[in-house]
This record gives sequence, C-alpha cells and structure tokens, in this order.
Amino acid sequence: MPSPCAAIRVRDLDKTFRRPRNRVHTLKERALHPFRSGEYDEQHVLRGISFDVAQGEFFGIVGRNGSGKSTLLKCLAEIYRADAGRMYMAGRLAPFIELGVGFNPELTARENVLINGVMMGLTPREARARFDEIIAFAELEDFVDQKLKNYSSGMQVRLAFAVMVQADADVLLIDEVLAVGDAAFQQKCADTFYRMREEGTTIVLVTHAMPMVERFCHRAMLLHDGVVDAIGDPGEVARRYLELNFSGPTPDREALGLGTQGARIVDVWIDGPGAPRTHTLAHGEELALHVAIEALEPLAAPAIGVWLESEEHVRVFATSTDRGGGLGPLAAGERAQMTVRALNTLRTGHYGVGVSVSRASGGGELDALGRAADLIVYGGDHVGGLVDLQHRVELTASLEKAAR
Amino acid sequence: MSAAEVELPLAPGAREMHGPTALGAGWRRLFDLTWLLAVTDFRLSYFGSALGYVWSLVRPLLFFGVLYVVFTKVLQVGGGIPHYPAVLLLNIVLYNFFAEATGASVQSLVVREALVRKMHFPRMAVPLASVLTAAFNLMLNLVAVLIFVLASGVSPQLTWLLFPFVLLPLVAFAIGIAMILSSLYVRFRDVAPIWLVVSQLLFYGSPIIYTIDKLRERSATAAHLVMLNPLADLLEQARRWIVGPSAAGAVDAAGGPVHALAPLAVFLGLIALGFWLFLREAPHVAENL
Ligand SMILES: Nc1ncnc2c1ncn2[C@@H]1O[C@H](COP(=O)(O)OP(=O)(O)OP(=O)(O)O)[C@@H](O)[C@H]1O
Ligand SMILES: [Mg+2]
Repeated sequence: MPSPCAAIRVRDLDKTFRRPRNRVHTLKERALHPFRSGEYDEQHVLRGISFDVAQGEFFGIVGRNGSGKSTLLKCLAEIYRADAGRMYMAGRLAPFIELGVGFNPELTARENVLINGVMMGLTPREARARFDEIIAFAELEDFVDQKLKNYSSGMQVRLAFAVMVQADADVLLIDEVLAVGDAAFQQKCADTFYRMREEGTTIVLVTHAMPMVERFCHRAMLLHDGVVDAIGDPGEVARRYLELNFSGPTPDREALGLGTQGARIVDVWIDGPGAPRTHTLAHGEELALHVAIEALEPLAAPAIGVWLESEEHVRVFATSTDRGGGLGPLAAGERAQMTVRALNTLRTGHYGVGVSVSRASGGGELDALGRAADLIVYGGDHVGGLVDLQHRVELTASLEKAAR
Repeated sequence: MSAAEVELPLAPGAREMHGPTALGAGWRRLFDLTWLLAVTDFRLSYFGSALGYVWSLVRPLLFFGVLYVVFTKVLQVGGGIPHYPAVLLLNIVLYNFFAEATGASVQSLVVREALVRKMHFPRMAVPLASVLTAAFNLMLNLVAVLIFVLASGVSPQLTWLLFPFVLLPLVAFAIGIAMILSSLYVRFRDVAPIWLVVSQLLFYGSPIIYTIDKLRERSATAAHLVMLNPLADLLEQARRWIVGPSAAGAVDAAGGPVHALAPLAVFLGLIALGFWLFLREAPHVAENL
C-alpha cells in the first residue's frame, strides 16, 4: 500500500522545445549566414505540471498522442532538462524509460542480459549473479545463446521485462510496453506488478490502455494541452480520457449526402447516470440513448431505428420506434425525439451507435448514420461474451459417478 | 478534479533532480559504462568475423607496406633516417589510433541515439567509449609493432619504459578532440566530412613518413608550423624513446623549450575547449539529436 510519503514530487514543471525557424544544419551554412539565428518556433509541451507520487504507489499517466507524457517521463528520468520547476525523487530510480533499452541484436541473450544489467546500475558481478533468475523468469532457458535478432518480439519483451524486474529500483518509470507478450506472460507481468506494488516499488506507467490503468493504478493523471487535466481515481481519469478522445466534431451529414429529403437526424447522444452526453459508461449502469429528428416534409408515420455495433461490426442490439408504439404524423419542420433506456450489460469495449429514419416502418430510408455516436464501455472485463444476458447459475453436486 | 490534493511530506533522503549532465552522479558509473560500451564494441568488431583481429592488423600493415615501398624504394626519402621501417610502422599505428578514435567519436552520440534518448547516464561515456575502443586496438597493434621493432634490429633500451608518457597524452588529446567533434556533430552534420579531410591533412601535417629534422633541412618555417601540431611533438618524442638518442625528441624538434610551449598551449587549449563544449552541450543532446 502507498505510504503517506511522497517518492516523487514535481512542482511547476515547464518544458518548451525550441526549433530554429531557419535551421542551420551545417557549419557551412553557419559560415555563410552567420546572423541567421534568433528566430525559433517554440512548442510549449509542459506548462506548469505539479503532482506527487506516494511511495509504493502505482501511478498511471494517460493523455492523447503528443500530450507530453513521454516528455514528462524523460524530464523525470533526467534525460531531458526541464526549463523551469523543481523535481524531487526518493530512492533509487531505474535509469531507463522503456524496456530493452541498449539491447544489441547482434549479441546473444546472455551477453545482452549482462550488458543491460550493468546499464541499469547493477555491478557486473550482480548482473552475473542474477543471470539465471532473469532467464528463468523470462522462461527462455533454451534460447540463452541465440542472438537477439533471432528472437521474436514477444521473446525480446519477456527478456527485457525480466531484466527490469531484477534491476532493484525503488522507482520505475515505464513508457508504454507490455502488450506484446502472449497471454501467459501477460498474466505473469500482471502478477509481477501486483507483487511490486506490495513490495513498495513506486511505479509510474504511461499507457493508452485504460483497462491497465483501472486494473493496476492506485491513482492516475490525465495530461492535456500540457497541463494536468485530471488527477486521482483511475476510473474517473480513464472516463475523462475517453471523453477527450471522442469529443471530436460529429460527422457532417450534408457532406455525406444524407438527410436532405423527407427527414434528417438532428442529434444523437447518450446520457449515463449523472453524466449527460457521455461517451463512456460502466458495465452495469443505466444508459439513455437519445435520437432527435426533424421532418423536412409532412410525414404520416415515420420510423426511427437504432442499433449498437461492436468494433468488429457485429450488431449487438437493435430497436425501433415500433417498440414504443410508433411515431405519430409530423408536419414539415417539426421535430421528434426517441429515447431508449437500457441496462448496460455489454462487455468492455468500443461500440458504435447507428441510426436510420424511414418514411414508414419498413419503408424507404430517408436518413442514416452508421456511426452516429461512440460508446466506450469499461468495467466489464469479466463478461465472457459480448453481452451479459440476465441469468442465474445453479449448481448441484452429486456423489454418484456419471454413467459411462 | 485536480483541485486541492493533500500535500504529502517528502520521503526522507529525497534529492532534487537537475536533469542530465556530462559526468553524471558518480565516477564509478561513468567508468563502468564507458568500459561496457567499449568492450561491447570491441568484441563485436572482433568476433563478428572469425579473423577479426587479423583483419584489423592487416589494414595498418598493408598501408605500412605500401608507404614503405614508395618512400624507401621509389622516392628514397627514408634513406637517411635510422630504423626508418620501424619508425614508420610505429608512427602509422599511433596516427591510426588517433584517426580511429576521433573518427568514431564524431557520430558516436547519434549512433547511440536509442540509448541517449531513453536512458539516463553520464553523456561523456559515449565519446569516451569510442576512444577506449580505439585504445584497445592500439594495444593489440603495438604488440605487432614491438615484434617488428625487435626484428628490425633496434636494441631494447630503458627509455622504452617511458613510452606510456607518450601514450597518455596521446589518449588525452584524442579525448579532447572527441569531445569537440561529438558535441559539434549534434548541431552541425557536416562536421563528419570536414573531419575526414582534416584528419587526412593531419597525416601529412605530422612527421609520419618524414621526420622533423629532414623537413627542417628544406624549410625551417614548415618545420615550425608542423610542430605546432601536438601530434607531431608526440610522434617525435615516441621516436626518440623507441629508437634512441639519434632522434630529436619533442623539445628539440620544436626548436627548444620556448618553442615547445606553443604546441603545449595548443594541446591544453584544445582539450579544455573539448571539455567546455561537451559540458555545455550534454544537458541538451537527447532532445537535439
Ligand atoms: N526532442 C524533441 N524536439 C522537438 N519536439 C519534441 C521533442 N520531443 C517531443 N517533442 C514534441 O513534444 C510533444 C509531446 O511529445 P511526447 O512524445 O511527450 O508525446 P506523448 O504524450 O508521449 O505522445 P504519445 O502518446 O504519442 O507517445 C510532441 O508534439 C512532440 O512533437
Ligand atoms: Mg510517448
């Protein structure tokens, strides 16, 4: 459990990358244009970042591409120099930010392990002493004397992870990895992470995988536009992260040539409990899916159909206005709204909402959107199939042997 | 959500972090890493091919053979120089070390980009390792030189024991130049071709195929100019200590103790410049690569 002491303290960290506008690449250019410097394109990547990580805490950092996560990690690891701000660190910090840094494909696993161990701060003697343990952990005993270039990428990650585990660091900074191992090794990594958590290793993990954040992290932080957008409960941070990812502009329907005759879809959105217009929803929560349409001409009995599709375009669920008794006639310019309320029994994943409007139930289509809204479901990792049907499991035990 | 976090007390023993540096926190780590990088490179070059060592010897020996034939048989330059073949080989091997060390250092930081960008370590380990790898090669080549020197009839003498006092300044000079080149290359990519030309010029601008006394017989100014180059002084001193008092030695070759101060100033000045440049660039190499 995290102790009430901070292992990492960051205050008002600032980092700006300066790229000379007319970059002088060579001494020749420098000699020809001696006064050509001074103008810089500045990119303010980190703007006053402050946070603490407690000792023994598993701390996640998330954010969209280019939000400065790697830059922050490199400042923490003393690879980049920050422009302003203060950082404090307690305990031995592992010097690398990725797995397998310094691996040489031309050398054998044996040599690489010894080299990598020393790079991580072990003495050559310690590195040799731990060699067997490392290879055993990676389960690569049969491949020790094979050159690394002949390893599969999963095997390389196993080896790198095994060396990291043996590095004896109090604080680990890790920038996106671990997705390459096979299922068995991923489980081993997960077990190791839990063990390290218990042993009090402080781990800062940068990742895009929200399930990892929710599974491992005590706390998480969301970086956005160079500032801390959210920090605290991993679930909340993950939800906010997904929201940021899918809050882009809705597709322009006119450009798609839809909804110009008869009727058009005006708005599609999802409300979660206490979260209006959300894109993320926990498994087991109530959801309300809303569709608003506008009639462009008088319609006698228009119908709206909505459906949910999985990432693999499998239709998981569909319903229509028929189930609510059917829509009445609409005058030109009149709007109607349909709301579907359901219990979210979906498995963790990314779903799309599709909507169509037709002249009459089963009649010609007036407007359709294959992906009118996104729905991200989390907290449903335990669901075996796509949907958790409402069900009950009954168990009986019997002493009689089954008949052959 | 980011509001009012409860401030935790900082754990005891916490230190403030200041970013990357050339030398890092401890000499021990600088030494360990330099050694590790150099040994790895050295082994890769020798065990990559079965005859690695032979090949690395063949190059200077072949070069020596060509020069030897051209300068003694065709141009008849080496005629008046005592133990010319031995001296020529020694000079080539020493120069070879310098060219190899500095040449490899130019792009060293860029070649090790993966390491520099993803690991915290004393930056100086990278160019130092380039020099150390070349020094390993030098040691192997010197064994060949020793055999050749003995075979060509130079009698062993006490001054051979002083040879490390040529080697150490030579290595120090190579380190200084390596610092200059590796830190400049991060900003200016034409340092590589420029240095290729300069090190070629240095070959002819140092008393390798000739000696300073021979040059002075033709042009005193040229001799003075050449002796400004610290390499020239080191080679002359090596010659004196290896083949004996018939050779001038650095101080006399420079034209006396006062004149010898000039190359000494160049020597110290370039090393100081190298360290100053590298210490200044080190915190920013990772992001500027
Ligand atoms: N050495 C550098 N020189 C100039 N700009 C840089 C440098 N390193 C990073 N940047 C810029 O800083 C911004 C943040 O980059 P960073 O690598 O920290 O993003 P990230 O959050 O790790 O993204 P991702 O999720 O894709 O890994 C980017 O816009 C990038 O172009
Ligand atoms: Mg990144």
